[in-house]
Amino acid sequence: MRWSAILKRLALIPPTLLGVGAIVFVLLRVVPGDPIAMMIPPGASPADITRLRALYGLDQPLLSQFITWLGQVAVGDFGRSISLRQQVFELVGARLPATLELAALSVSMALLMGVAVALVGSLLRGTRAEWLLDTANGVFLAIPDFLWALILLLGFGVLLPLLPISGRLDPQLAVAFRTHFYLIESLLTLRLDVAADLLRHMLLPSLALALPFAALVARLLKAQLAEAEDQDYAQIARTRGFSRTTILQREVFPNALIPTVALSGVQVTLLLGGTVLVERIFSYEGIGNMAIDAVINRDFPLIQGLILTFAVLFIALNLAVDLLVALLDPRLRHG
Amino acid sequence: MTAILEIDNLHVAIGAATVLRGVSLRVEAGEVRGLVGESGAGKSMVGRTIFGLLPAKARITAGRVSFEGRDLLAMPDKARRDLLGRRIALIPQDPMTSLNPVRRIGTQMAAVLQLHLKLSKSAAHDRAAELLAEVAIRDPVRVLNLYPHELSGGMRQRVLIAMAFACDPSLVIADEPTTALDVTVQRQVLQLVERMRQRHGAAILFVTHDLGVVAKICRSMTVLHAGRVLEDGLTADVLVKPHHAYTRALLAATPRADRPADALKPVPPALIESLWAEARRLDQLAAGRPA
Ligand SMILES: Nc1ncnc2c1ncn2[C@@H]1O[C@H](COP(=O)(O)OP(=O)(O)OP(=O)(O)O)[C@@H](O)[C@H]1O
Ligand SMILES: [Mg+2]
Repeated sequence: MRWSAILKRLALIPPTLLGVGAIVFVLLRVVPGDPIAMMIPPGASPADITRLRALYGLDQPLLSQFITWLGQVAVGDFGRSISLRQQVFELVGARLPATLELAALSVSMALLMGVAVALVGSLLRGTRAEWLLDTANGVFLAIPDFLWALILLLGFGVLLPLLPISGRLDPQLAVAFRTHFYLIESLLTLRLDVAADLLRHMLLPSLALALPFAALVARLLKAQLAEAEDQDYAQIARTRGFSRTTILQREVFPNALIPTVALSGVQVTLLLGGTVLVERIFSYEGIGNMAIDAVINRDFPLIQGLILTFAVLFIALNLAVDLLVALLDPRLRHG
Repeated sequence: MTAILEIDNLHVAIGAATVLRGVSLRVEAGEVRGLVGESGAGKSMVGRTIFGLLPAKARITAGRVSFEGRDLLAMPDKARRDLLGRRIALIPQDPMTSLNPVRRIGTQMAAVLQLHLKLSKSAAHDRAAELLAEVAIRDPVRVLNLYPHELSGGMRQRVLIAMAFACDPSLVIADEPTTALDVTVQRQVLQLVERMRQRHGAAILFVTHDLGVVAKICRSMTVLHAGRVLEDGLTADVLVKPHHAYTRALLAATPRADRPADALKPVPPALIESLWAEARRLDQLAAGRPA
């Protein structure tokens, strides 16, 4: 990808976010239910309610509410959460690292598993074992992440209680962290006991997120490996006396990787979306879990802030995938 | 003369279909032999058998292939891989699809030299640059750093020719190396193959359906149809006095400088039909009396 193409993509980000912001803003206010109804004590008078609505600007016309909000967002003010009574920016900033660490661990595990399964499957081509592997892979692909979360919760949390099923860190281990990236920070500061406990807490939720994604990567990569293996250059490498593993490694895999990254990279956004339910199920303190509370409480500013955060993540992810594909494929690099 | 390659009574079937029906041919050291025949005759299958690249459902049902006196079909995989690329090399048909699109020209060329000649990475790159200069590529060091898509088809075919001759093989199999190129480039590529052959002293099995090319560069030739050898001999003899009616028909269908183009006669369909009928009869015979 050339610089002009990258700049073009970057230029599209503000209008995209504006669009997302507008849709969410309007939807929230059109759908019945509002934050005031959730917070008033029983027996509040209609005058109290009117005053509260005015306090949060909800009595203003929709358009002027939107313009006020836009003006604030433009200077980095995402407003105050109505239910948590804190700045949205700080709330999200404290929770986002937990989700990012969970998602990164999930994606890494999924890639390891998916690539391994695809490679083994390719070596088993044409055997009964390949059929078994494909069938098992199809099952893993068909079960969604939240269902895996419940299965793993029952299996390793309840029936065979090996792993913690709730939270991010054992409170007894809670040390004074300087950032909210607990895992990265504890690894960098060599607090390995803390890192181990964090990983134990992350294992089940990240496995739930990773399994369907790993199955997807495995299926895509295996199909692409088969396709690349049939290409002339891979066949011709055999006429030069290269071994099958060398050909797989140098000719087949690098070519199969390109479409696999392009196709599965976009699916990481689905994995991020999956954190909402999976974090909830494991009471993991990330932004997904926070989003559910925000919706239950009709906490407009917090919902808006969270959706914008997800939108930025999705956009960044798509751009990163495109850059990675360009990095892997010289034909795209030279335009 | 000693035979580099000796194929004896080779039978190959793909699934239920027979594609080679007893092919025999010899390639002497340093000679250029043409392997001619229409599309589907089985020319590529001969090369694929030698390289161990037959389709998954294909079986070699009979015959021997010996290379420099050794039985290619019986030797262990590792021994055969040691010969491939080093003693026997391929010039492929389509230069656009025959190079790995994501690896640099230099890396791809060096890999062969590193594998077979045990050269170091830098020595292999130096040698690769020399080989590119041999196939008349200007600025070889720059080209080594390019990716295939940055080269024209003719340039890529030069790279592939350089790679085929990289380890001084004694046999090069060229499977229609010019059909994918445009006419002006075809001539240059043919001359180049001939020059590289002389320089490196290889024999060439030149697969083509173009008798004009055979007349130009092949000392001997084999005519294949429906997986059968119909004619075999020195090119000069075959072109002047063909034995088989099919060869005569092929000759009548080939454009020549000394003959107006409108005198060309296509191979008569009745002749082709009778040849196929004969092939089918042979198959039935073979099926009735299994070897
Ligand atoms: N993968 C395959 N599966 C089944 N049959 C095949 C396969 N490849 C080739 N054949 C058959 O084998 C026969 C010989 O094919 P081959 O490729 O050797 O022909 P050819 O003489 O090289 O023709 P061309 O000039 O078109 O390259 C043909 O009848 C073809 O249909
Ligand atoms: Mg062919």
